[in-house]
Amino acid sequence: RISNVLLCNVTDRVSFWFVVTDPSKNVTTVPGSEVEAAIRMNQNRINSAFLLSDKTLQFLKITSTLSPPVEPSTPVWLIVFGVVLCLIVAGILFLIVAGIRQGKKKNKQSTERENLEEKGEVTVTVENGIPCEALDLKAGHVNGVFAADDERFTSL
Amino acid sequence: DGRPKWDNKFQYILSCIGFAVGLGNVWRFPYLCQIHGGVLPYFIALLFEGIPLLHLELALGQCLRKGSIGAWTTISPYLRGVGVGSWMVSVLVSLYYNTVLTWVMWYFINSFQEPLPWSVCPLNENRTGLNEECYESTSVNYFWYRKTLNITPDVTESGTLQWWLILCLAACWAIVYLCTIRGIETMGKAIYVTAIFPYLVLTIFLIHGLTLPGATEGLVYLFTPNLNTLKNPRVWLDAATQIFFSLSLAFGGLIAFSSYNPPKNDCEKDAVTVAVVNCMTSLYASIPVFSVLGFKATTAYWDCLDRNIISIINEFDLPEESIMRQNYTAWISFLNSSYPEKIAGLKLKSCDLQDFLDQSVSGTGLAFIVFTQAIILMPGSQAWAILFFIMLFSLGLSSMFGNIEGVFTPLLELQILPKSIPKELLSGIICLISFLIALCFTLGSGSYWIDIFDSYAGSLPLLVIAFFEVTGVAYVYKIKRFSKDVKRMTGRKPNLYWQITWRFISPLLLLIVFVAFVTLQTQKPPSYAAWNPKYEGFPMKEEKVYPPWVLAICVLLALLPCVFVPLAALFHLIKQMCRSK
Repeated sequence: RISNVLLCNVTDRVSFWFVVTDPSKNVTTVPGSEVEAAIRMNQNRINSAFLLSDKTLQFLKITSTLSPPVEPSTPVWLIVFGVVLCLIVAGILFLIVAGIRQGKKKNKQSTERENLEEKGEVTVTVENGIPCEALDLKAGHVNGVFAADDERFTSL
Repeated sequence: DGRPKWDNKFQYILSCIGFAVGLGNVWRFPYLCQIHGGVLPYFIALLFEGIPLLHLELALGQCLRKGSIGAWTTISPYLRGVGVGSWMVSVLVSLYYNTVLTWVMWYFINSFQEPLPWSVCPLNENRTGLNEECYESTSVNYFWYRKTLNITPDVTESGTLQWWLILCLAACWAIVYLCTIRGIETMGKAIYVTAIFPYLVLTIFLIHGLTLPGATEGLVYLFTPNLNTLKNPRVWLDAATQIFFSLSLAFGGLIAFSSYNPPKNDCEKDAVTVAVVNCMTSLYASIPVFSVLGFKATTAYWDCLDRNIISIINEFDLPEESIMRQNYTAWISFLNSSYPEKIAGLKLKSCDLQDFLDQSVSGTGLAFIVFTQAIILMPGSQAWAILFFIMLFSLGLSSMFGNIEGVFTPLLELQILPKSIPKELLSGIICLISFLIALCFTLGSGSYWIDIFDSYAGSLPLLVIAFFEVTGVAYVYKIKRFSKDVKRMTGRKPNLYWQITWRFISPLLLLIVFVAFVTLQTQKPPSYAAWNPKYEGFPMKEEKVYPPWVLAICVLLALLPCVFVPLAALFHLIKQMCRSK
């Protein structure tokens, strides 16, 4: 209760000594060690009552037990590291796959050219890039467009 | 002719600039400026050593169209060792340089937290106070030495492998592999980002740094020349050795880059451009660095004053705001005259702004301790931290590209692997082997070893190789022949400046610097500063001397690249004699 807190030795800056009397035991003051223990346990409530913090409200001879900083379950840096590593690995895989595909294309082109050059004995005539063996020259393909127009030609 | 080439000239120039502009431009040049009070020795070294050697290397690679080993073998089979030495230096430097990037990456991924992990001290076991090691030094020091490096008190105690550093190291080597997977084809695309981005961030930091309180003090401090230090030969020596590392000469990387050029390219203009841009970047980077250092010194000075003010107010029971920073000196003199014993009993620290400005740091200390501390004080510190560490990472990565090319191109030309094996596999093998060897830098004593590699593998061999490069071209290949080659490529004969520097000034200067360097090194036993929490003077670092076996490794590192020069010449001589028999 407020009436049980007596002030003395008030100075210029907001600092004061105080003792707490025990109402149940009349005049005797509560021993210092008990007051210290009570303050230590309720430092937060006292701070918020004065709208101050551990740094701005200091009780002489009472070192406050500091609350540990909040640490998330996975450290933040591990998450960032995971993101960075995923990006790097994705980039490497992309470049390797692109390189393999480019290599395969080049290989196909060069092996085709090599195959055509190897068959030197059988001269392969190339018609518009397609080896003539692929074209079935014996059985010609009848081009339907021209065939249909046969009647339109004037017969000599 | 099947040799890969640059997509355009801009890519090539950007790669050379990116190779030259590295971490040293941000954290070594401003320190040298500060200690030696001026840049005159640096400019003289640049004019008579840096630019001639740069032109020589670029012209050589472009003319002979081969990597370092092949190029020097073509100049003269006796000089093959110069190429092998360059290759060896590139290997050694790549190993430890990427570990520095690992530290940068670690700080980068830790910058996404609120509050920044290096701004608060962790609690001790029974939660009554802060961790002792952190409390005695600062939270920034603690995060660097304990949470990042987990450093051992002595170079002989290896400690254990730090798993978080291994993860970051793997990521860094993966990034290097990603960018250099197909040689300059992939690297040329990556360089657009890694070479240009740091300039953007430097500009942002410049604008922000100039608005910080205390920035002007820092800049004034930087730009006031100190003419006394010019009499110290150490100053000239530092400038001469620094120019090598700054322009990345004698690594073989520049020869590799220019070997992918078309033969008719103006290498003289390129050399001057790269040197000038490198110089300008160093100066440009010093401005934000010194603004931030000035800001940090001013904040530390204000903190010192505030702490004194609080003790005085507590002692004399004065109201808050009665003593401010402005009338602090008046109050102190008044209280000293009226209550001298009380003031003496308070044990107030003397606060002097000049002292705080004098605390000069270079290298990793600048980035990871001083700058991180300054970043905490800025509003929006996460963003600044992220920007800063991405910038450092890009700077280091573009230099790593040059190092790796210096290793990759000669190996490709030596055709160690059969032609059926693709380029991607060779670069993968190089990155994997380097990663495995670099694991030893993630030990507890890793940072001591990196200092050793930096001081011994990255200094003396460069001088020796550069000396043989210049004398080899000037006196074995003959300057007349070289001038004709350059005339063929650029269209004009190299003028008097090049002739004089290539023939006389550069070799002479290199010889003098080499002799001076060796004499200064052997004068006193090399020592290092160890972080030892159990030392009485903690948080000051403990000065320790290297044990003999570590000294042997230092000497080995310095000699290994150099020894290839005579060895290869001897080998070739023996081959010639056997053949003539």
